[in-house]
Amino acid sequence: MSGQTRAQIGHLARRSILKTLRQPSYVIPPLIFPTLLVTVNAAGLRPSTHLPGFPTNSFLAFAIAVPFIQGALFSTMNAGTDLARDIQTGFLNRLALTPMRGSALLVGHMAGVMVLGMLQSIFYICFALAVGVRFQAGVVGAFVILGLASLIAAAFGMFGAFLALRTGSGESIQATFPFLFIFLFISSMNTPRNLIAVHWFKIAATINPVSYLIEGVRSLIITGWDGQALGLAFAVALTIGVCSVALASWAMTQRMART
Amino acid sequence: MSGVDLRSYRSVVLGVAWRTVHNALTTPNIVIPTIAFPFFFFIAFAGGLSQLQHLPGFHFAQGYTAFQFVFVMLQSAAFGGVFTGFGIARDFEYGFARRLMLAAPNRSAVLVGYALSALVRWLVVAVALTIAAFAVGMNVGGSGVELAGLYGLAPLVNAAGLLWSAGIAMRLRTIQAGPAMQMPVFLLLFFAPVYVPLSLLRGWIHAVARVNPITYCLEAGRSFVSGNAVHAGLAYGTAGALAAVLVVWALRGLWKAEAAGA
Repeated sequence: MSGQTRAQIGHLARRSILKTLRQPSYVIPPLIFPTLLVTVNAAGLRPSTHLPGFPTNSFLAFAIAVPFIQGALFSTMNAGTDLARDIQTGFLNRLALTPMRGSALLVGHMAGVMVLGMLQSIFYICFALAVGVRFQAGVVGAFVILGLASLIAAAFGMFGAFLALRTGSGESIQATFPFLFIFLFISSMNTPRNLIAVHWFKIAATINPVSYLIEGVRSLIITGWDGQALGLAFAVALTIGVCSVALASWAMTQRMART
Repeated sequence: MSGVDLRSYRSVVLGVAWRTVHNALTTPNIVIPTIAFPFFFFIAFAGGLSQLQHLPGFHFAQGYTAFQFVFVMLQSAAFGGVFTGFGIARDFEYGFARRLMLAAPNRSAVLVGYALSALVRWLVVAVALTIAAFAVGMNVGGSGVELAGLYGLAPLVNAAGLLWSAGIAMRLRTIQAGPAMQMPVFLLLFFAPVYVPLSLLRGWIHAVARVNPITYCLEAGRSFVSGNAVHAGLAYGTAGALAAVLVVWALRGLWKAEAAGA
């Protein structure tokens, strides 16, 4: 990577981070909403722990993995909406007149998402500890969760960037939110896959990559070090990330076609 | 109110309702969440949590799909009202409501128009949800009259949701008030026995659910579906009282908006 590209990334990353952190509507909902949802769900679903084979006797410990993934879904929206605004306001067109590389723009743009993803994860970990959840994988496990959650946020954020580059509209990005939620809802977020009784739901949850992301984070909280769950989670996150980067890069070349 | 006044009032109600329903059902980023979210909840809860019906003490003969259908139906009613509140806030923020207020001889007609549109909006979702529930084999033990009890209760919840969010929208007059409209309704709904019967809840959630009016609406709704009606009078009384109190809240919001010259 040349020094010029590094400088371009640095400028755009600083802009992206400041822009993200200066908008309370970007920062507060991803912190409040997932923690509120998990608190309410944990209270209502506590009887689930009496089901034979349920892996823990604390539903809160079981469900605390969900905010990490839900927060990452917010990253998709934030990253997409931000980039769409740059497109709608003509900022991207002005950049296209400069020697700015498309890859620098994408990487720089992701900085805000990564920082917010990291802050979210720290907040969720502190919340979990405050409500009495103990991480079976210990302190190192908490750091692995931070890494995995940041990777997931970046992967989803890059997918949001792809959507923004294709549609160029913030409203269209917002409209995709329910579709992203499908992946969260039809997963093992509330029940371990082996305890899901409805056959089609079990199949849907099994082929849904979000199940593996949740189970990876969850394993560090309720099981300890589970190589298979962690390996699958990192592999799925990396695959989503690589595909999203490829799609976003392709969309960027289309969007920034210099004539 | 004279005949001319009545016609004028009705004309405003129908005009506002038609415009709001038209916007709600033809704008993709409004219609998709309106219809999609109740379905997600229904699929996720009825499909993913059905094992809960095997818990000791869980007695609901019609099965978990019917158990969750009632919650999702009432939730869609409440959120049909809240989502219409978003439209009211947008109308105020962009100045359209000011023109509506100038054109309406009796401004409460504007509020009634929004309420009518919220009801129509929920009806669309209710029909789709009911078809889907029967398509996946939902069992119903209640008679037609008992089912009508459920479908009669939901509009009261819909009106309460609309009046709450209209009161907020008319006071704050910005779309940024969305979380203030949505969050209390969300909490009220989820602090009820959503996943299991009240008797299986333990700890603080049980204490909160016992004093939550939505609990009695849910229990009555579920009893209508099972054909063994309980708490029907309490549920209708609570939902009706909630809606009546919120009529005052929304009308006071309307007066505040008038006073602010919105």
